Amino acid sequence: MAQSIAASDSTGSMAGVEASYVEQYDYDIIKKFAVMAILWGVVGMTAGTWIASELAWPFLNFDIAQITFGRLRPVHTSSVIFGFGGNALFATSFYIVQRTCQTRLWGSGLANFTLWGWNIAIAVAGIGYMMGITQGREYAEPEWYVDLLIAVVWVVYFLIYTMTLLKRNQPHIYVANWFFISFILAVALLHIFNNLAVPVSFFGTKSYSLFSGAQDAMTQWWYGHNAVGFFLTAAFLGMMYYFVPKQAGRPVYSYRLSIVHFWALSFMYMWVGTHHLHWTAIPDWTSSLAAAFSIMLLMPSWGGMINGIMTLSGAWDKLRSDPIMMFLITSLSFYGMSTFEGPMMALKSVNALSHYTDWTVGHVHSGALGWVAMVTFGSFYHMIPKLWNTSIYSIRLIYVHFFLATIGILLYITALWVSGIGQGLMLRAFDEYGNLAYSFIETVTFMHGPLVARAVAGMFFVSGMLVMAYNVFMTIAKRESLRTTEQSAAMA
Amino acid sequence: MLKHESIETNAALLIVMTLAAISIGGLVEIVPLHFIEGTVEDVRITDGPNKGKQAVRPYTPLEQLGRDIYQREGCYTCHSQMIRPFRDEALRYGHYSLAAESQYDHPFQWGSMRRGPDLARVGGKYSSAWHTKHLTQPTSVVPESIMPNYPWLSETPLDVVGLADKMSTLKMVGVPYSHTKIEFDANVEKFGEDVAKKLDINMAEKNLEAQAKLGNFDGNPDKLSEMDALVAYLQILGTMIDFSKHDEAEFVKFR
Repeated sequence: MAQSIAASDSTGSMAGVEASYVEQYDYDIIKKFAVMAILWGVVGMTAGTWIASELAWPFLNFDIAQITFGRLRPVHTSSVIFGFGGNALFATSFYIVQRTCQTRLWGSGLANFTLWGWNIAIAVAGIGYMMGITQGREYAEPEWYVDLLIAVVWVVYFLIYTMTLLKRNQPHIYVANWFFISFILAVALLHIFNNLAVPVSFFGTKSYSLFSGAQDAMTQWWYGHNAVGFFLTAAFLGMMYYFVPKQAGRPVYSYRLSIVHFWALSFMYMWVGTHHLHWTAIPDWTSSLAAAFSIMLLMPSWGGMINGIMTLSGAWDKLRSDPIMMFLITSLSFYGMSTFEGPMMALKSVNALSHYTDWTVGHVHSGALGWVAMVTFGSFYHMIPKLWNTSIYSIRLIYVHFFLATIGILLYITALWVSGIGQGLMLRAFDEYGNLAYSFIETVTFMHGPLVARAVAGMFFVSGMLVMAYNVFMTIAKRESLRTTEQSAAMA
Repeated sequence: MLKHESIETNAALLIVMTLAAISIGGLVEIVPLHFIEGTVEDVRITDGPNKGKQAVRPYTPLEQLGRDIYQREGCYTCHSQMIRPFRDEALRYGHYSLAAESQYDHPFQWGSMRRGPDLARVGGKYSSAWHTKHLTQPTSVVPESIMPNYPWLSETPLDVVGLADKMSTLKMVGVPYSHTKIEFDANVEKFGEDVAKKLDINMAEKNLEAQAKLGNFDGNPDKLSEMDALVAYLQILGTMIDFSKHDEAEFVKFR
């Protein structure tokens, strides 16, 4: 008798713990976003590896219009940036804003709308690209009707975030939230202005951009680089500012540094987009201004990196014992590396060689795989067990994922340095009579080797992503089966 | 003095300050380009019956539909349309690109990547028969090519439904196609009569068919295919300005 009371008591208190979790924070919506992020990660990275393979082995285009490189490439970029990255940001930002404000998310029904709206938008856009429906603007390929849906979702996101901040139970707004606010505002601005277009008909898919030529190019690359600056940097710094101190069990290294680099980063990023248009038909002063700001941007970028890495000081041993910490610190190292490489490539003389080559593609991926994806993986391995109130299924598989991902990235960027710098040098080479030393197609032949290596690198990275998906699936499945056992035990 | 603590404890202030910080860069760099004269060069025809008229004209209906196909297939993911002022690019592609040359491009397709060569001046460089063969199966003319085959372009009839609507939409965003007599006359003034006729929306479909028939771009005179439109577009790229007739200093001053 006494035993059964004790037993029911313990299950009762466990249920009580869960109930209080449910009351304090809305975890349900975060779980959904997290699962979507992983699904899009698998889809987007697989698409990326596929198109990388098409470049190495062109027969893979199979003469099927829908999967030719030109149509599939935006499927890759949209799925990884907006599908994987976007859902990961919704998940972690909703997690962080609740925990740092110690309050429940405002408007939970609306949060569900952002989940569905966002994911439907990416799916509709992606299917559209394969059907040939695109605005032909890099990273802003969705046509007007998808853009409208995204705009509505974004306004609702802003509303939820701000209202949650307003009802916080903490006097201070934690630094991670500054970055998320900056990200939400900037992306709204960028999305609206870069997608100004007039639809041909209300019932058709086609539209024409409001601006043309040089002005259109300026707007697009103001958008394009700040999609990197705010979507893939500021927001993920917000992620970093919560999960690195949390996982390290130490406070952020420098409060003062976080203030300085936040404002500098928010201000300066918006000036640098034009470095994508060096030596093109835009006024020279815009290009010079962008180059100057790109160099200056190194400082706030490294401010963030230093603040993150130094947070670990006094707990460096975790780099040996904690695979989550390995993900987070490696991500910051790649962040530091690519924010050094970026300003260098923004110099006009370097850009003359690097632009239009694979060096740029490699640079983007050292940021996107090394920084964005790695910081997300680390944060997810920390957050997911907490969301489901359990422990991770396998720590060993986190190590496996870490090494697959790291090998993949290193191979990737090395291959594209060879391909990009090699092609750049070949294209500007002259023979002793002052003629061009190589025809264009000779550079294509040269790039075959590196492009094969790059495709293999992608396979490494996707394998890591699949290991993660399996590990997370098993974690959730284990938890669910435990819950069922508990429930039946309680019933008995 | 404003303490940072007051921003950290006030969400509205944080939002306003952040908005200010992120707005300035775009305002300084982009907005002036819509107002500074000379961002887009004023290039005139130097001799012949159309002397003094604008050298760069909007695309004809056939070329514009070809451009839509170029955009649809994502050609910009591998090909740029922007030649930079370097010696190697001058030898390989020709004169560096002017802003004037893409002034009617909605959207711009300058691109960011050269997995294949730049196309800004591909017009007239190869025959239309070569283009058709190349697009259908690139390795048939360039064995090492990694470009996908586009066999469906010759097989698919060109969709001209909504052509007038497309041109009207482009007109709304600033391309000088003409609807009315006044607009037509303005185009005669600006581009000369022969060009003005091609920009008349009322004659769009007729002009399109005539150009396709005359050009016979896909080598099949009986069929109006997507290949006709795409090749017509490629063949006009970079050909509107005759650089041999211009002094280099004329363009340098705009940069």
